[in-house]
Amino acid sequence: MGRRQERYDAVVVGSGAAGGMTAFILAASGLRVLLLEAGRHYDPLRETPMFQLPREAPLRGAGTKDKPFGFYDATVDGGWEVPGEPYSVAEGSDFLWWRSRMLGGRTNHWGRISLRMGEYDFKPRSRDGLGFDWPMNYADLAPYYDKTEALIGVYGTNEGLENTPDSSPGVLQPPPRPRGYELLARKACRRMGIPVVPSHLAILTRTQDADQLPRQLFPGNALAQRVTADSMRGRAACYWATPCGRGCSIRANFQSTTVLLPPALATGNLEVRAGAMVREVAVDANGQASGVHYVDGETLLDEFVGARVVVLAASACESARVLLNSKSGLFPDGLANSSGLVGKYVMDTVGAGVQAHVPALAGLPPHNEDGASAMHMYMPWWQYGEQLAGRLGFARGYHIEFGGGRRMPGAGAFSGLEPLTQGSYGQQFKDDCRRYYGSFLHFDGRGEMIPNEDSYCEIDGDKVDRYGIPVLKFHWKWSEHELRQAAHMHSTFAAIVDEMGGKTLTPLQSDGAKAIARGGQIIHEVGGARMGESPGDSVLNQYCQSWDVPNLFVTDGACFVSNADKNPTLSIMAIAWRASEYIVDQMAQRNIG
Amino acid sequence: MTRRAVLKVIATTTALGGAAGISCAEPQEEPSAHEALSGFDPLPPRNPLAAGTPTDPDLLAPSVPWDFVLTDEERRLASVLADVILPGDDRSPPASAVGVVDYVDEFVSAPGHEELLAMVRGGLVWLNRTAQERFGAGFADISADQQREICDQVCFEPAALPSLKPQARFFDLFRDLVSTGYWTTDEGMRDLGYVGNVPLPSFDGPPPEVLQRLGLSGEDLE
Ligand SMILES: Cc1cc2nc3c(=O)[nH]c(=O)nc-3n(C[C@H](O)[C@H](O)[C@H](O)COP(=O)(O)OP(=O)(O)OC[C@H]3O[C@@H](n4cnc5c(N)ncnc54)[C@H](O)[C@@H]3O)c2cc1C
Ligand code: SF4
Repeated sequence: MGRRQERYDAVVVGSGAAGGMTAFILAASGLRVLLLEAGRHYDPLRETPMFQLPREAPLRGAGTKDKPFGFYDATVDGGWEVPGEPYSVAEGSDFLWWRSRMLGGRTNHWGRISLRMGEYDFKPRSRDGLGFDWPMNYADLAPYYDKTEALIGVYGTNEGLENTPDSSPGVLQPPPRPRGYELLARKACRRMGIPVVPSHLAILTRTQDADQLPRQLFPGNALAQRVTADSMRGRAACYWATPCGRGCSIRANFQSTTVLLPPALATGNLEVRAGAMVREVAVDANGQASGVHYVDGETLLDEFVGARVVVLAASACESARVLLNSKSGLFPDGLANSSGLVGKYVMDTVGAGVQAHVPALAGLPPHNEDGASAMHMYMPWWQYGEQLAGRLGFARGYHIEFGGGRRMPGAGAFSGLEPLTQGSYGQQFKDDCRRYYGSFLHFDGRGEMIPNEDSYCEIDGDKVDRYGIPVLKFHWKWSEHELRQAAHMHSTFAAIVDEMGGKTLTPLQSDGAKAIARGGQIIHEVGGARMGESPGDSVLNQYCQSWDVPNLFVTDGACFVSNADKNPTLSIMAIAWRASEYIVDQMAQRNIG
Repeated sequence: MTRRAVLKVIATTTALGGAAGISCAEPQEEPSAHEALSGFDPLPPRNPLAAGTPTDPDLLAPSVPWDFVLTDEERRLASVLADVILPGDDRSPPASAVGVVDYVDEFVSAPGHEELLAMVRGGLVWLNRTAQERFGAGFADISADQQREICDQVCFEPAALPSLKPQARFFDLFRDLVSTGYWTTDEGMRDLGYVGNVPLPSFDGPPPEVLQRLGLSGEDLE
């Protein structure tokens, strides 16, 4: 029992993007940190299926109920369902919640798309009267974007585009060369006035400068510099093969388990406990957080660890759940919830997509298009002016992700071709497959959702998970802004495909409700414990600190006030870094803990 | 990590153009391209950390945990139909030669695929019965032209007679299965000209002949 009664400087709940970053910065700053992770230990160096082929896997690697994004996808005990951990969805709502139960969380299999929010994105209400403003500006977070990008390694370029910030000079890694279909799309889009620029992905295209970077990132902190330098030296550059979604055993892309946890552990200040499902934050008589209760997944016993500071980083909705489940005499409505806003204003990203056939890409000479496995180019939102003038019928923007080409044939290869082939079979079908190979592209819009009162999560009083912890119930509603935006995506993609001389294969929808993905399906769920200017209208301050409980922090996406079209994870990490520095500072000043 | 030195890069770049899959992680004399380019150890053959459950299988040493249910006769018929759909030619072998029927069997036998199994079984029976009624022998034993005559009726669902819609849906499913099973083999990938899944020292973008075919030049490339 001894170790269980130990008291740590900080306990961090969850080991994904937010928890990994928080644990690293706190441990590198000399605090004694315990990281609790509900899932199992996971080591990308020993368990990533880098070159395994679809034919070696069950069902040629197809997605199944147990492995929704394919057999080789680096998701352990998760997906749209987690064994023994249900959630409910209110009648009339449609919501999907993707989780994983493993060290590093969803950073093991995420898409690595790493976009900064821009100036407008922090002050959306001031700009168009909708949603809410953040309690900070782009300038407040910019240095942390720089640091995060330099630490994890993000490729891309500075294009000087509106609300699409540049990084400081020297921060970004060089982008990979565009593929043929990416150049072709750019040519078409240029004629249409749509920008196509190198995408930003958390992938090393060259090894990091382990001599310079650590000194710039951690001035005056020898320990942080040493562990960061060692970690950087142990990472290889991308070798242009193997899908990132399986994870990366050579540590070329960003995973919490390859980039944040190794240097954090190397400090000697971090202890990681896997299989520890936190159920409640404990509070003392003064209303301060005193530690957390968790269920040990193996013994199924309830355990307590004490800490001077508690940081929730279990992913947005999961952190809201812990807060709501932390009821006490002092906090009858859940912890940090005097505003009544815990669980409220959950947002996802608007998604809509179209498949297309582009004849120009058919029958090309064989060449290797694997590249960095994900996109090398993308289209940032470009119609800010039109939109502000009210000419689009929806208030916020979207960017376009696209891909396709000569990918490794997998499950579903050449399925559903009948509209093109008129049902050919035999030699004709064989020749059709050869001809069509490489000529399919998909375009996916990723747009901003405006927070609304009908999209939230609460505790479902009727259901518990296998740990006996009450589960979440989700409520969901899109507004006209999101629906019109989704319809606009379809018409934009149709126009691009047309300009490329291609043909869309997906039925085009002018009704956004038919085009839009389901709530949660884009897996960018954020909000639920938003930050703000005052305790009355927010759960946290701009440093992710609870207004009600000063030694309690939430450093994951729960703190988001809006959800720009910029995929959230880079921002989650930048915000977590900033909050972590604040924690260290506040503890040093004895203001907390 | 990094037991093998990065300086072996040059030694192995010659090997890079070769074999597509380097998934077998047997200890080798020469370091693999993976080791040479990354400095990381050979890739492990199995995963000691995986629980081996459906939601946490060993991804390094995959296995199919269910039994196959098609009978010998069904497999024989399936194999004949697979070859009607993807026959051999001068570029690649017929579907039956690369184990496509094993994939079909694996797929229809999978837990949760009971309805698809019934659909495939029913479709195969229908093929045989139709062949018998029309040509006096089972589907496997009639001529290629006769086989085509039957398949032509069901190969395109929108054009199929209302009474044959279920058979057309069977054919559609079967064609999809054969296609996946076939093109994911080494022979299929080679035929298509998929040349990836090999570690490279650099990614150079499309070669000149591809740019030319795409009509890309000058400012298109900037
Ligand atoms: C397929 C896919 C693609 C994606 N692509 C992108 C992309 O390209 N760009 C982008 O920005 N984002 C992307 N995302 C989203 C991204 O993965 C998340 O935004 C990010 O991982 C969130 O980090 P997090 O730390 O908040 O949560 P997570 O990464 O989910 O980590 C949370 C961890 O906490 C653990 N945990 C949960 N509850 C408890 C508890 N009670 N006690 C203890 N531990 C607990 C979980 O097991 C998990 O390990 C993608 C997601 C998926 C699934
Ligand atoms: S594409 Fe590159 S970064 Fe991604 S998994 Fe493969 S080697 Fe790693």
